[in-house]
Amino acid sequence: MSKSLVSISDFNKEEILKIMELAAHFESNPGEQLLHGRVFATLFFEPSTRTRLSFESAINRLGGRVIGFSEAGNTSVSKGESLHDTVKMVSNYCDLIVMRHYIEGAARYASEVASVPVVNAGDGSNQHPSQTLLDLYSIKKTQGRLDGIHIVMVGDLKYGRTVHSLLQALSHFGARFTFVSPEELKLPDEYKIFLRDHGMKFTETTDMREAIKDADILYMTRVQRERFSDLMEYERVKSAYVLKADMLRGTRDNLRILHPLPRITEIDTDVDADPKAYYFEQARNGVFTRQAIISYLLGVK
Amino acid sequence: MKRDDKTVLEVSALENGTVIDHIPAGSLFKIINILSLDNITNRITFGTNLESKRIGTKALIKIADMEVDRHYLSRIALFAPEARLSYIKNFEVAEKIKLTVPDTIEGGVRCANPVCVTNHEKVTPKFDVVDKSDITLRCRYCEKITTTDQFEIIK
Repeated sequence: MSKSLVSISDFNKEEILKIMELAAHFESNPGEQLLHGRVFATLFFEPSTRTRLSFESAINRLGGRVIGFSEAGNTSVSKGESLHDTVKMVSNYCDLIVMRHYIEGAARYASEVASVPVVNAGDGSNQHPSQTLLDLYSIKKTQGRLDGIHIVMVGDLKYGRTVHSLLQALSHFGARFTFVSPEELKLPDEYKIFLRDHGMKFTETTDMREAIKDADILYMTRVQRERFSDLMEYERVKSAYVLKADMLRGTRDNLRILHPLPRITEIDTDVDADPKAYYFEQARNGVFTRQAIISYLLGVK
Repeated sequence: MKRDDKTVLEVSALENGTVIDHIPAGSLFKIINILSLDNITNRITFGTNLESKRIGTKALIKIADMEVDRHYLSRIALFAPEARLSYIKNFEVAEKIKLTVPDTIEGGVRCANPVCVTNHEKVTPKFDVVDKSDITLRCRYCEKITTTDQFEIIK
């Protein structure tokens, strides 16, 4: 069976490091035509402009061609075709499938059905491994290392899949974590158990200003109104998890702010001009990282 | 010792078949469901709320002239991890199996996540058992957790 990337746990530490190395290579050589004549399918059963464009940019830079759809509305899926049959058929047309689906586990199932590699571009609230790898690449690039960083994660730590996957990936590298979130959106116990089992240090707090003072990475996520059962509580806490430029005073020089985007209000626009703001470069790193993932899975690099 | 003699006597009363003992009383009907015992015509004896030193109150099932297929063992173990299963031949215990909770489960239990692919496509649910004492399953597809109180049997 061909190698797929469905969950961040599909890659071991060596493979993660290999992706980091390849991403750096593609950043210096963005137009290397390694995939000339190959065809890629991007199946987006759920729309995601940012992720789809990033993958398609990566494929195009490598000289590949793209077929696919950006929403399931006008496809055979709307006629009731099963995911099984769609994937089976599409794998006859292409060399690799990039798939996003609102059904959780859809990508794992697709990887069992398809005869070509499958890259999961998000399956519901479950996994989005290319995001995790680009987060890691951004950390590596800005800190010069992945080992032993202090990362402060802020916002929706309960439902945020990027947070869960990133902490799983960082467990290979001995990170120290500080979790900042409202009570209703605290990190679930299963991840705390995971961190303890892997010998990782972590603390929980509600005070972001204090937490970021000795941070290397500040990983911001969106606190969504619809996550709160008590809207009064949401109104009360939301400003406590908004980053403003003045809060960066007294923080480390090497601190960089990451955010999986889209950002709504949780990072004030006055932060954008600060040299510590890194979220737009982070999105740019996504293209190199996806070039790396695709070339690795196809064995061309 | 006397109790044991009595149990052996009851088991021996079966000429050929299967005895499942040490089922937690609350799991009896789940086991009946797993084995589809409500749909067979064999002679079956159930006992429940019997005293058990090991698990409080237990249940017991005796099925005449049927050898319960071994592929059910891991599913039974999810609901009755302490159970003993005996195959009876000619009034003798031909084989006694102490059930063990397996590392993985294929089929038999529904993933508790309503948006999991196994609840939307024709896919056999597959789980890793992540906790064997307080039985907890992690779906191989959606990676979400299903706990005992959420167990729903599928066939």
